[in-house]
Amino acid sequence: MTDQPILEAIDLTLCFGAVTAFENITLSVGEGEFVAVIGPNGAGKTSLFNVLSCIYRPTRGRIMLAGRDLEGMQVKDLAGAGVARTLQNLGLFRNLSVLDNVLVGRHHLMRSGSLRGGVWFGFARAEERTHRLAAMEALAFCGIEGFAAAPVATLPYGIQKKVELARALAMEPSLLLLDEPVAGMSVSERSEITALVRRLHRERRMAIVLVEHDMGMVMQVAERVVVLDFGRLIADGTPAAVQRDERVIRAYLGEPLEVGG
Amino acid sequence: MTTFLQLLFNGIALGCVYALIALGFTAIHRATNVINFAQGAFLLLGSYLVSTATVDRGLPFAVAVLFGLVAMVVIGIVFQVLVLRRVQGQPVFTVVMITIGLNIILVAVVSALFGSNERGNGVGDPWGNTGVHVGGVVLLWVKTWTIVATAAILAGFFAFDRFSRYGLATRATAIDEEAALAAGIPVRRVNAIAWGLAGALATVAGIFLSGAPNVLDPSIGDIALLAFPAVIIGGLDSPIGAVAGGLVIGLVYEFFDGYSGSLPWLGHNFYSIAPYVVMIMVLLVKPYGLFGRRPVERV
Repeated sequence: MTDQPILEAIDLTLCFGAVTAFENITLSVGEGEFVAVIGPNGAGKTSLFNVLSCIYRPTRGRIMLAGRDLEGMQVKDLAGAGVARTLQNLGLFRNLSVLDNVLVGRHHLMRSGSLRGGVWFGFARAEERTHRLAAMEALAFCGIEGFAAAPVATLPYGIQKKVELARALAMEPSLLLLDEPVAGMSVSERSEITALVRRLHRERRMAIVLVEHDMGMVMQVAERVVVLDFGRLIADGTPAAVQRDERVIRAYLGEPLEVGG
Repeated sequence: MTTFLQLLFNGIALGCVYALIALGFTAIHRATNVINFAQGAFLLLGSYLVSTATVDRGLPFAVAVLFGLVAMVVIGIVFQVLVLRRVQGQPVFTVVMITIGLNIILVAVVSALFGSNERGNGVGDPWGNTGVHVGGVVLLWVKTWTIVATAAILAGFFAFDRFSRYGLATRATAIDEEAALAAGIPVRRVNAIAWGLAGALATVAGIFLSGAPNVLDPSIGDIALLAFPAVIIGGLDSPIGAVAGGLVIGLVYEFFDGYSGSLPWLGHNFYSIAPYVVMIMVLLVKPYGLFGRRPVERV
């Protein structure tokens, strides 16, 4: 079990009609590993994220989650399969309180069905109390337990992002997918979220796949970096190795023009 | 004073029926953002099913009620699964039009199956035209039962909403289906539960409506239209608002009816428009209803 990768993408290709978003991507993420996917705009990062989170179906290739094929799995089943994700645009429920937003993430962990919960409230009630505690614990981990009762829409963006991360934590996943968590943030918000993501990985032993534009963040937190360019995987290695890679530098900085030749 | 207490009692009983209908509207709107214009037809069909089961088939009243409830829950869920799931993601307007179509179809089906004549024996007259006299006030059994049953149903509804995982899941789904799916909520099941619930609530409302007075005819579905101001007054997404709105409408209706003799300048039938007048006045002061939440915007 330990050496089985938590996530394995085998030869993934995604096409929209005649346009290829990415092709032949093979990628594996070990248990508790932190992998970042980077690449210039339009490299196929977000498409890859959406395929990994079952929003798009790959045109070819397979995705294995802890040895189980994701084929036929629906978005709502991912949580039960141990995958949590945060969205580029916040996936929060604006009118609900911070605590309720986190509690929603534990739906798949709750047992009381619509019938049992409807007939025997003692059970649903005791269960609700347990999950409330777990949600509070997740808020405390993210340092936002003071906002538990506040409606989420009234909070600043940086705090809202932490609420989303707290919910992801409360979902008790073995794999966390993060789509550009620091996009559009101020410098101080950025460093707080970066620190929080790193603590999630270190202290909660979650495997994380981070799709990110911000190189500063990626180099600080990732154990391994995968680089996409024009829908192809061009590098896969430690942050330091990737930073030195010829093709990566070329992809990011452009190719020098051959004069004369 | 006796008149006042009598009207108060009648108004609360009538308000309870409106509250049940309004709660059906709210249950569906909260989960799916759709206003179900077939709620009146649900009420009609539910009460006809109970009526035929007990009057024509001779089943005991309680069994007939159970049969009606189960049938309407199933019909609500089946409609959601077979029809509405296929238009998921379409504009809300499309779905609303479908519910209007469903309303017309169900009303026609009821007339075709059960005839369009009045059914004199209603739901079998389980309460008779009897009641308790307290002072000069008559507490008809059917109205007392309406109030007690509604209170029990509301308590159940609120406990479900607060303590069952589907309560929170419903609220989350109403705000953002996409995000709800991402958080692992079975959105389709949440929607199906809402439709089943609306079917059951409509049936209960229909039983009490056709119990006092004890007749049943195809126009009973139109009474759901009167619950509409109740929903709007309370705020479309608030169960508490639906109940409060229902009670307000019931009381307004009974009081304007009862005191119409003392207010001749309003005309004889002012009570039939009074709920709408109240609705407009409430909306002028609170555009989102008494308990509706103004959408929070960050500027």
